Amino acid sequence: MNNTLLWYTARAAGIVSLVFLSAVVVLGLLARMRVEGRRWPRFLTATVHRDLALLSLVFLSLHIVTAVVDPFTSLGLNAAVVPFGSYYRTFWLGLGTLAVELMLAVVVTSLARRWIGQRAWRAVHWLAYAVWPMAVLHGIGTGTDAFTLWSLAITVACVAAVAVALMWRIDFGRRDPLAQEKRAALAAATRGAAR
Amino acid sequence: MNEVVVDRILCDGSGLCAEVFPEMIQLDDWGYPIIDARPVPEHLAAHARRAVAVCPVLALKLRAVAGAPRR
Amino acid sequence: MSAPALLDGPALDAPEGHDAHVARLGPAPRGSAALIDVLERSGLRGRGGAAFPVATKWRAVAQRSRRDAVVLVNGAEGEPLSAKDRLLMETRPHLVLDGAALAAQAVGARQVVVYVGEEHRRALAVMQHALSERDQRERRGTRVLASPARYVAGEESAAVRFVNDGVALPTTTPPRPFERGVGGRPTLVQNVETLAHVALIGRYGDAARETALLTLSGAVRHRGVVEVAGGSSIGEALARAGGAVDGGGALLLGGYFGGWVDLDQVVHMPVDAAWLRTQGMALGCGVVGVLPAQRCGVAETARIIGYLAEQSARQCGPCVFGLRAIAEAVQRIATGAATDGDLARVQRWSQQLAGRGACRHPDGAAGLLQSALRVFAEDFAAHQARRPCVATGERRVAA
Repeated sequence: MNNTLLWYTARAAGIVSLVFLSAVVVLGLLARMRVEGRRWPRFLTATVHRDLALLSLVFLSLHIVTAVVDPFTSLGLNAAVVPFGSYYRTFWLGLGTLAVELMLAVVVTSLARRWIGQRAWRAVHWLAYAVWPMAVLHGIGTGTDAFTLWSLAITVACVAAVAVALMWRIDFGRRDPLAQEKRAALAAATRGAAR
Repeated sequence: MNEVVVDRILCDGSGLCAEVFPEMIQLDDWGYPIIDARPVPEHLAAHARRAVAVCPVLALKLRAVAGAPRR
Repeated sequence: MSAPALLDGPALDAPEGHDAHVARLGPAPRGSAALIDVLERSGLRGRGGAAFPVATKWRAVAQRSRRDAVVLVNGAEGEPLSAKDRLLMETRPHLVLDGAALAAQAVGARQVVVYVGEEHRRALAVMQHALSERDQRERRGTRVLASPARYVAGEESAAVRFVNDGVALPTTTPPRPFERGVGGRPTLVQNVETLAHVALIGRYGDAARETALLTLSGAVRHRGVVEVAGGSSIGEALARAGGAVDGGGALLLGGYFGGWVDLDQVVHMPVDAAWLRTQGMALGCGVVGVLPAQRCGVAETARIIGYLAEQSARQCGPCVFGLRAIAEAVQRIATGAATDGDLARVQRWSQQLAGRGACRHPDGAAGLLQSALRVFAEDFAAHQARRPCVATGERRVAA
């Protein structure tokens, strides 16, 4: 196979994965905010979040396989499976490996959430907040063209989108009436609460 | 046969369940689900499963019918 | 000599100490699984409000217990109009503790938690002291806890949650306390009065007297707790309190979790939770409140619903928002400031309330409201139309 093709595929698939993953995180943050438009019912946020996550796994697999198979990079299977197990840019590549494994945990528990219960599912799902920054850092640290204009622009756009969504979500949680009520009632009903 | 039950403490009024299963789930004036207490008929079972799957906080469950229904 | 009643014995102005208690009633019997059969024959039902058959509950816990069950004595008494549990704890603490010990032995429990509302300071102190008079084994396995002074703190799952992690708010059920409660173990949550009855049934068996404690309030000559024989009528209970004093004909039966009834309709009905339920009424925790003639039922209802809304655990949307909206609308109606459609909205919302919370708080409020809409139908219509109040003649009524 054409080595350059492999290399470009690995790189492109990685970038596409990052874009998709960022969208997945944004949609996940918006999932409980009752976001809707004239042609966007609420359930679409949750459904696209899920479908895009699964789709990004496809591109992730392509990214990993082409990167490992490419003779130019001489990354063994080790690098793809053991975090920080490669000699090439050990730390930054390792972040990617770790991110994929955590993401697999998130995806598998989500697919199995009917059987593992709400609390277990939720606990693992929080790992997503670790997966995404690791993916971003992995992209910046391992890409040979990480600092080209277009690559930087994409990365900045992804980070900005997630940051904005995160701030919006935190603000929503503070202002949400039911969340406020629960906090107040919890304070009043707790042992040692002021009378 | 199954019935739809909701954990009222987990439920935060996201309202996705009523969007995908309007036949048996309506929203009250504040966006919280009012669930038809009857068992889910076979031809609607797929929609019920979808409602359970789409809830962002996993508040909805399908339970085999036994005893008095709850809304 | 016939078996004694709960409030027999020395005057009710001081606690009966352990020595006096044993001298009067004899030593406490030992509980066993056989006691559950006796309880079943007695037909004893819980006196916390739900009137659930006691034997059934004990069996459920005993079945699941691996000698590690817990008995939770529910003395929260969050219902503002009720004073019976407080009275028992303050004056007959050893009856309560005897009942708890019998329960522990019968269901295989090694731990007893006495859960008392923090606002009942005297009861707390008396129970603490009474515990110190018990034998060492009981003392080691029992502790007294004060719960926050909130209405929902007395709910079963809220009591269990408080013992477990200090938060007195209801949890989603299932699992119920009898399956998984304090420390994850099968837990028997039983009202103070119920356990006092158990203490007597444990001693006198089938010869124990069937009685009930009621709290008479409102327009009666002597407000307070009375003990009536099983099968007495509500009218007889009122007579024990000196009778109604220019009562308006409406009675609050069962407290805030019960409902309004027409006095004339119920005066001959027996003080029997199961029977009253067949008539669509609730004995609840035994509160019998007589509404004075010059007081407006709508205003009184507005006050109660407002209280219930404020006391919500605020964990479930329908209760937080629905009950609050109902309270605000009823308040507007009561003060002669109803907007168009308020009464219709209240009726619609109250029908949507029942069964849509994690606990029965919204159900109780809905029940009270619907009984009010029935009994004070005329008054509500007058208020909604901003006509003068039927009871007071005023156009605007302070609630």
